[in-house]
Amino acid sequence: MNEVVLEAVGLEKRFTRKRLFAPDTVVRAVNGVDLAVRRGETYAIVGESGCGKSTMARLLLTLMKPSDGTVLYEGRDTAGMSERELRALRRDLQVIFQDPFSSLNPQMSVGALIEEPLRVHGIGTAKERRAKAAEMLARVGLRPEHADRYPHEFSGGQRQRIGIARALVTGPQVVIGDEPVSALDVSIQAQVINILAALKAEMGLTLVLIAHDLAVIRHMADRVAVMYLGEVIEEAPADDLFARPAHPYTAALMAAIPIPEIGARPPAATLEGEPPNPVAPPPGCRFHPRCPHARENCRTDRPALRPLGDRRVACHYAEELTLPGIATETRPRAPGVARRFALLDARTKETDGGERP
Amino acid sequence: MTAVDPAAVAPGLDAPDLPPRRSRVWAKLRRNPAAIAGGGIVLFFAAVAVLAPVLPVPGPAEADWSAVRAAPSAAHPLGTDELGRDVLARMVWGAQASLLAGVVSVAIALLLGVPLGVLAGYRRGWIDAVISRFTEALLAAPFLILAIAFAAFLGPSLTNAMIAIGLSAMPLFVRLARGQTMAVMTEDYVESARAIGVGHLATVGRYVLPNIVPPLLVQATLTIATAIIAEASLSFLGLGQQPPAPSWGSMLNVAKNYLEVAPWMALWPGIAIFLVVLGFNLLGDGLRDALDPRDL
Repeated sequence: MNEVVLEAVGLEKRFTRKRLFAPDTVVRAVNGVDLAVRRGETYAIVGESGCGKSTMARLLLTLMKPSDGTVLYEGRDTAGMSERELRALRRDLQVIFQDPFSSLNPQMSVGALIEEPLRVHGIGTAKERRAKAAEMLARVGLRPEHADRYPHEFSGGQRQRIGIARALVTGPQVVIGDEPVSALDVSIQAQVINILAALKAEMGLTLVLIAHDLAVIRHMADRVAVMYLGEVIEEAPADDLFARPAHPYTAALMAAIPIPEIGARPPAATLEGEPPNPVAPPPGCRFHPRCPHARENCRTDRPALRPLGDRRVACHYAEELTLPGIATETRPRAPGVARRFALLDARTKETDGGERP
Repeated sequence: MTAVDPAAVAPGLDAPDLPPRRSRVWAKLRRNPAAIAGGGIVLFFAAVAVLAPVLPVPGPAEADWSAVRAAPSAAHPLGTDELGRDVLARMVWGAQASLLAGVVSVAIALLLGVPLGVLAGYRRGWIDAVISRFTEALLAAPFLILAIAFAAFLGPSLTNAMIAIGLSAMPLFVRLARGQTMAVMTEDYVESARAIGVGHLATVGRYVLPNIVPPLLVQATLTIATAIIAEASLSFLGLGQQPPAPSWGSMLNVAKNYLEVAPWMALWPGIAIFLVVLGFNLLGDGLRDALDPRDL
């Protein structure tokens, strides 16, 4: 369980915009990120828009070359791999895209889309591939006869399930979901998440989830990395992170989660202002202009990401600050509510456990 | 392994039962009356062009000196031209040159232009810069001037005229294919092809080309008209179909001098060009719709 399967070492991606009559502008979308994903876990990367999450996903997928640093897959350095080796890697390292409306080729039938990864990697005969595609369709809750149809005939949630079937058909080790449900209606998000969770358990996948929706993360993740302006500022086991954030930015993200209960939480000061311009990030701690706990040295000294128990945090005062998190249960449920939740849990067990005939 | 029960994860969300959609291009085309009409027109003219030697019409160069610029009559159903040649006969014999000029030159333009445009749009970088500057240089010259230059360089003959017209029309297709490719490249599905390990050639073949065909098809059918007219201009300058062999374009060119005294000389070739272009357009539109899986 503790074996590292996917690792980023000093990963950096700079985007340079050359300009004729002015100095070039450089954006460090990902700035020196180290992280290690362990086999079998669900590792989440969260952050605001523009913090470099999606760039991170593409770097981890080796779809984008890092400016600096490298990605190790099962201990092998992907930087030195030829295009052929990288292509072979795609069998084990797959992605689920954010937008199910643009991630499926409209000119290919659903069957062809799901069979394609097998075809590309020369797995099985045509007949076996067709059978496998039908099986995958069934596993994501679609019918095998849907293979003859085209993507436009399906709803967003169904398309995303087709995307999942396509990603999982080669039996990958690691699947990276780049905001896999954020484009879907809330009611559909749950079913896609449930399918993903069920398939993860069945196939023993390692899941890397890129997201901005903390509710989704809380539901699924084992460990969470929080990114701000291209850097990881906190990484912790999900339960610890939500119960007691160590970085003021994490705490601010928690405070922004709506809680559907009156008086469940005193109104906290939410984050003000926009994230700083990534072209010219502030000196010192990058979060200090928005941080309610910033002190003098935060403006000048850059805090490093350092270990703190079984988490890592980049804040000078992580030990001193006691920041509010979200308790897993805010207060006992009313009896009627509790009964409903019990029923729901029972039903979830029944349908997700894979024990049905 | 057990399947996730659809009803459990997606209650009531299954797609309605539509008939399975296999390769229905032909069936869709057949159900489109406009496309059928277009196809019929094209087929008719193609048949005329091929069957010219066996059709009961005089030879295209046979002159009847007693009937110069004669109005349509029983002897000459579409009239005669300034040398007393039968207009119907010249129309029939000229169909071949005109259809070839239209279709072959556009085919040349497509075959050269689309690969260059896709290459430029797919690879970008210096390849794109070279192809684009080259294309822009060609586009800077007016279409006809360019065709005349090429035709003069290659020497006067119908074949060379077709090559010249094809080369002149090529930049248009390079630009169109490049732009469309760049648009398609921003779609997530192209990245998804990379993400599952599809090679470059297969990505172009399965992801890029099928998605850029519709605008190319429309442009190609429209360019056929331009090409037929361009062949006429080249013929007029002695660079296309060599007299006395007829083509619709060269007939039109001569006829414009006699518009007031013998309007039929211009009328029939004009109608024929119009019909052929209409036919290709309808067929092209129908084909585009039939090839689009989104269009039921």
